[in-house]
Amino acid sequence: MTGAQRESAFKAWYKSGDPWIWMTGGAVAISLLLVIGLLGLIAVRGLAHFWPADVVQASYEVPGKAPMNVLGELLDSELASKSRLASAGLPVEGDKEFYDRYLFKVGNRDIYGSDFRYVIDDWLVERDYPKDITVFERLEWGNLYGWIESVSENGEVVASGEQAWDALLKRQKRADQLRADIEKIEKHDIGKINYALEKLRLERRGLEMRDALNAQAEQDIATQEAALQTRYRGYEEQLIELYGQITRDSVSVRVMTGETLTVELSKVVRVFRPNAMGVFGKLGHYAAKLWEFVADEPREANTEGGIFPAIFGTVLMVLLMSVFVTPFGVVAALYLREYAKQGFMTRTIRIAVNNLAGVPSIVYGVFGLGFFVYFLGGSIDALFFPEALPTPTFGTGGILWASLTLAILTLPVVIVATEEGLARIPRSLREASLALGATKAETLWKVVLPMASPAMMTGLILAVARAAGEVAPLMLVGVVKLAPSLPLDGNMPFIHLDRKFMHLGFHIYDVGFQSPNVEAARPLVYATALLLVLVIIALNLFAVRVRNRLREKYRALEH
Amino acid sequence: MVQTKEKTNMTHAINMGAANRAPHNRKLEDEKIALTVRDLSLYYSEKQALKSINLVIPEKRVTAFIGPSGCGKSTLLRCFNRMNDLVDTARIEGQLMLGDKNIYDKDVDVASLRRRIGMVFQKPNPFPKSIYENVAYGLRLAGINKKRTLDETVEWALKGAALWDEVKDRLHDNALGMSGGQQQRLVIARSIAVKPDVLLLDEPASALDPISTLKIEELINELKHEYTIVIVTHNMQQAARVSDYTAFMYLGDLVEYGATDKIFTTPEKKQTEDYITGRYG
Repeated sequence: MTGAQRESAFKAWYKSGDPWIWMTGGAVAISLLLVIGLLGLIAVRGLAHFWPADVVQASYEVPGKAPMNVLGELLDSELASKSRLASAGLPVEGDKEFYDRYLFKVGNRDIYGSDFRYVIDDWLVERDYPKDITVFERLEWGNLYGWIESVSENGEVVASGEQAWDALLKRQKRADQLRADIEKIEKHDIGKINYALEKLRLERRGLEMRDALNAQAEQDIATQEAALQTRYRGYEEQLIELYGQITRDSVSVRVMTGETLTVELSKVVRVFRPNAMGVFGKLGHYAAKLWEFVADEPREANTEGGIFPAIFGTVLMVLLMSVFVTPFGVVAALYLREYAKQGFMTRTIRIAVNNLAGVPSIVYGVFGLGFFVYFLGGSIDALFFPEALPTPTFGTGGILWASLTLAILTLPVVIVATEEGLARIPRSLREASLALGATKAETLWKVVLPMASPAMMTGLILAVARAAGEVAPLMLVGVVKLAPSLPLDGNMPFIHLDRKFMHLGFHIYDVGFQSPNVEAARPLVYATALLLVLVIIALNLFAVRVRNRLREKYRALEH
Repeated sequence: MVQTKEKTNMTHAINMGAANRAPHNRKLEDEKIALTVRDLSLYYSEKQALKSINLVIPEKRVTAFIGPSGCGKSTLLRCFNRMNDLVDTARIEGQLMLGDKNIYDKDVDVASLRRRIGMVFQKPNPFPKSIYENVAYGLRLAGINKKRTLDETVEWALKGAALWDEVKDRLHDNALGMSGGQQQRLVIARSIAVKPDVLLLDEPASALDPISTLKIEELINELKHEYTIVIVTHNMQQAARVSDYTAFMYLGDLVEYGATDKIFTTPEKKQTEDYITGRYG
């Protein structure tokens, strides 16, 4: 082929349009790869955390030092260069340029001071996976790895050696049950009484402030308080009884250092022997851990346990935001598109609204703090809750202010989407309605709004996607690291909009960057991120389904 | 007059329509008058679209407006139910009397006026609701919500629009699933359901196939026993077939107005004759 021929062939190829197909298709392929890669990474990293890894017993022989017995789980491996290891003070001699380095979870934080250490693969010798190693997941101090010596009740040994494992499992089940009972009494029953007592205190204080506290009212309150106190003492006795029962069982564990520790079963969440588990046993354990993660409350500075309050807070906040933003945005769009005289003013307002969508979210956070929390909340407190002051009720961050702040943040999206929807309703249908004697309002209400509802849903979908992932403004208006109670519970009026709440996005930040135990927290960052993505997807899928149903119903726009 | 092809078609159409116009040689002066237009002018911003129109619409007759595109016939039609109110730039002078009330008076309730003067548009525009709900729409607006009354009126209106037999088994299907001709008859049913005095038809058959057009025309002949009908059409044969009186408009002027037979056979004005014989337009 000559150069000229080649050139004309290239020209023909270019003219055929193929390069465009390749270019556009390639862009889609890259985007897909990025999304799949992102989701894959967080899924693998996050989900692997809950798998019960085998516990290895080995001798760690650092050249020039006495060998040391270690016990724990091998987690991530990485390649570390010789110079890096040398600068860490390790005796790396010889011609090997890179070493495999493992993150080794030794647990037993109460003994070693830290759960994790790094080990060089080559120096970890005589590896063994003894079947009788037991892992204790504790309420405090993290995991404990060791061998069961004996199980005791009230200080007396009831089982040792071979029988100890079965005895332990039985007593563990009993302890779990007791712990659930205790939690129920502490959280629900006593929680309820405390809530009622606080209300009575505020009532008395309110009467005092209005100088209306007469003997009769005082007596009423005192009677009620006395009744509550009696009930409280009843629960207290039950609790003492339960605590007596739960603290009687303990287990002696021999750890790698040779010491023997005594662990109260009341402080143990779970015991298992990973090396003795089959695939199904491990799957069961995995499912249980995963369920705990989704459905339980966090423990140990958010590095253990679950993130249910964060999921709940995120979803509730997004729902509240939707309730605020949709009517408001739709009404604003209606005025702009249907009633306002189109001209300079409406153009200016549209530009302003579009630009609002580009304002950094932290600015909304500052506005929310200044306007909602301090001004509105402060005024509400002064007007309606003076008896609680100086403790603020609404004058501090809470789920109401957070959802309102996000509602403002997402308002432009809803307005723009609704306006586009309204503009697409054919004139002929409006005229049809008007010609039948409908007023403009009736036409809007009966014809235009229903037909524009898919567009409103599109706006809401975009708003939800944006709001669920927002963190920065929330830190100013009501998100906390650990909320003592959910914003929705069994105490009247059931939904407590003044309460602070937990949020998945903030949880990621908190666990990842504010945690005292970085290595333990890292997999949870991925797991939480995955969950956040799933929650957003779930919320969106729901909204998309609603929209598709509406579209199906009002298909007129397509022809 | 030369025997052109158009002329033959025209004659045929006039003869077809003659049966509906019996008795012959009816005169406008003898009719009861439903609507009177007096010195009506309409401006879009500065442009004058209707130039001091004067005409009367006889009761329970079909009056056709014909004329080339842009002559103002649709604009005039939309004056009758104040549809031009929707156009921000439109300004109206003169009077339009329904009985002895000027519909452009300030105290006129536009919604109830439109209930008395119904309108059917060029393109079928059923709501994306069920057939039943389409017909019941105007009734519900009027505050009628009793199921029994609604059922009866919907059936009556659909029968009146010659649609009942085709849709009685699928009243609750979406109206958008119907054919164009059916949709247009549904729209007519929707309009007559509120029992108006006057029906305005704005090129009601121009988007339809010949069979559907024929059905609509037959329907118009039926409906004129009950309603005063004003129809805009750019199809002269159609005007000749269905109308009792015809108005020819040109560039915002009413050029000639009279009994259809007369307009199509012995027009007084040269312009009218030229248009009818197809020399322009």
